[in-house]
Amino acid sequence: MSSSRDLATTTRSEPRLESTASRLRELVAHLRQQRAQLREEWARLITEAKLLTAMTKEEIFAEATSVYDNYVEALETGTYEALQTYARNLSERIIPRGVETHEVVGIVLLLRDVLARSLFAKYHEDFTELNRILDAYEPAANRIAITVAVGFVQERERIIREQQEAIRELSTPVLQVRERLLILPIIGVIDPQRARQLTEQLLRGIRTNRAKVVVLDITGVPYIDSPVANHLVQTVEAARLLGATVIVTGLSPEIAQTLVNIGVDLGKMNTVGDLQGGIEEAERLLGYKVVLTHEPAGEPA
Amino acid sequence: MQVPILKQGPYLIATVQSALTDDDLKQLRDTLVDQISQVRARGVIVDVTALDVIDSFATRTLRDVAHMIRLRGAETVIVGIQPEVAFSMVKLGLTLEGVATTLDLEEGLRYLQRSGKRKVQEHEGRPHR
Amino acid sequence: MKGALIADELRVSIDSDSDIVSARQKGRELAAQCGFPSTELAVVATAISELARNIVRYAVRGEIVLRLIDNHGGKRGVEVIAADDGPGIPDLTLAMQDGYSTSGSLGLGLPGVRRLMDEFDIVSEFGKGTTVTVRKWKR
Repeated sequence: MSSSRDLATTTRSEPRLESTASRLRELVAHLRQQRAQLREEWARLITEAKLLTAMTKEEIFAEATSVYDNYVEALETGTYEALQTYARNLSERIIPRGVETHEVVGIVLLLRDVLARSLFAKYHEDFTELNRILDAYEPAANRIAITVAVGFVQERERIIREQQEAIRELSTPVLQVRERLLILPIIGVIDPQRARQLTEQLLRGIRTNRAKVVVLDITGVPYIDSPVANHLVQTVEAARLLGATVIVTGLSPEIAQTLVNIGVDLGKMNTVGDLQGGIEEAERLLGYKVVLTHEPAGEPA
Repeated sequence: MQVPILKQGPYLIATVQSALTDDDLKQLRDTLVDQISQVRARGVIVDVTALDVIDSFATRTLRDVAHMIRLRGAETVIVGIQPEVAFSMVKLGLTLEGVATTLDLEEGLRYLQRSGKRKVQEHEGRPHR
Repeated sequence: MKGALIADELRVSIDSDSDIVSARQKGRELAAQCGFPSTELAVVATAISELARNIVRYAVRGEIVLRLIDNHGGKRGVEVIAADDGPGIPDLTLAMQDGYSTSGSLGLGLPGVRRLMDEFDIVSEFGKGTTVTVRKWKR
């Protein structure tokens, strides 16, 4: 083994590069020739290792074929863009099926093993040549494995980000209860990102619904820190610039304390104890008068 | 960029069409204050729907317009501030305090009409609301 | 957090109030290229407007440099450098307080600009000039 390495280092670097290139060509030719057999071997190992269990045998075989061809192409061209694009598309297809990161990494490593073994089989009589071929093969193979794994993880992260965004949007519903009256019931902790989103939804909601009054109910918010409290105050002021009044209801004693501590000008904040009171105040501002027309049915007066 | 000013009934309506330089803003202020007494208007609407930035100078000038118009016995309402512009304004610490703002021109006109009625009622000593 | 430049920078020289408008319009375009949502475009444009106005008002002339940057972790953002060789700010601590002003205006607007942006740096030397560097990262 050491003899081959020594040989390689004693040759000048340029011829060495050239020989790497010619070895890669030789390798690619071999992999093309053995395509059918190696691909099948790989697909068998995938099934045996119980990877990609969410997919059918036919699907695995079809994907295996594409991965194999892209793999060989990356080895041949030394460029990874096509493989990267393919890895992203593959991830997009298989992530919704529940394929996990370890499975994707697993199948790429299996392919690497299958190919390495076929190289052993081919060159087992010429140990020096085998080492040279592996010198050319290993870095490229590792790079391919990394490209595919990173592509998968990035795609997963992108999907997670999208889902978070969707969840966040659902978490701040903007409800129109009457013409020109919106209610935003907020439940749960408001982190800075949610605060930003709340502001955006509230201001957009005012414009699209032509709202005059907004009741922001924070009964379901246990506490807020002072940056978020400041953000809420700014949102109330921005809403006024759009011509709408914000009534904040359901302030917990803790939140009231936070608002006082950061020195909020309470004259600017329109606060009412609870949601019901807030809606009544909103109706008053809008000029509505709610009148009981008859006693509720079924309940003796 | 000159801002066209239209007279509609007892009101002056200034519609900003594109980004304004500081000089444009000053000119708008001076023209409005001039015209309000010339045409004996009861109210002024400044429509800023087209502005994608309202910075400290613009805010100060709009506030000055409102105050000067009030001294001339009329009312001002700023209409059409975009949501993202409003958000930037308050982040910057600008709130146009003491100046009426409405969603759009239609709301602005309604606001001036109502406040006109309020004034008449007060004058006649009738309770309003 | 320093950022690496990922595209050509844009320089806008500032010496009249119409330059304020063009600086903020160019900044908005750059931020739009970077993929900022519309709320943030207004925020970036407003900050540029304030910085450019400070140059016109206090230093007469200077320059706004607009750059698209990368934080090496794949996060992109916009960097705005407002530089002048004007009189400088004698007391930075005071200038960073809300409501401080030397020209009877609403103030330097620097605390507001800091609130608008994610990062804020200021270097000012009395008699030599002021450089304000602000950054906004895309979320």
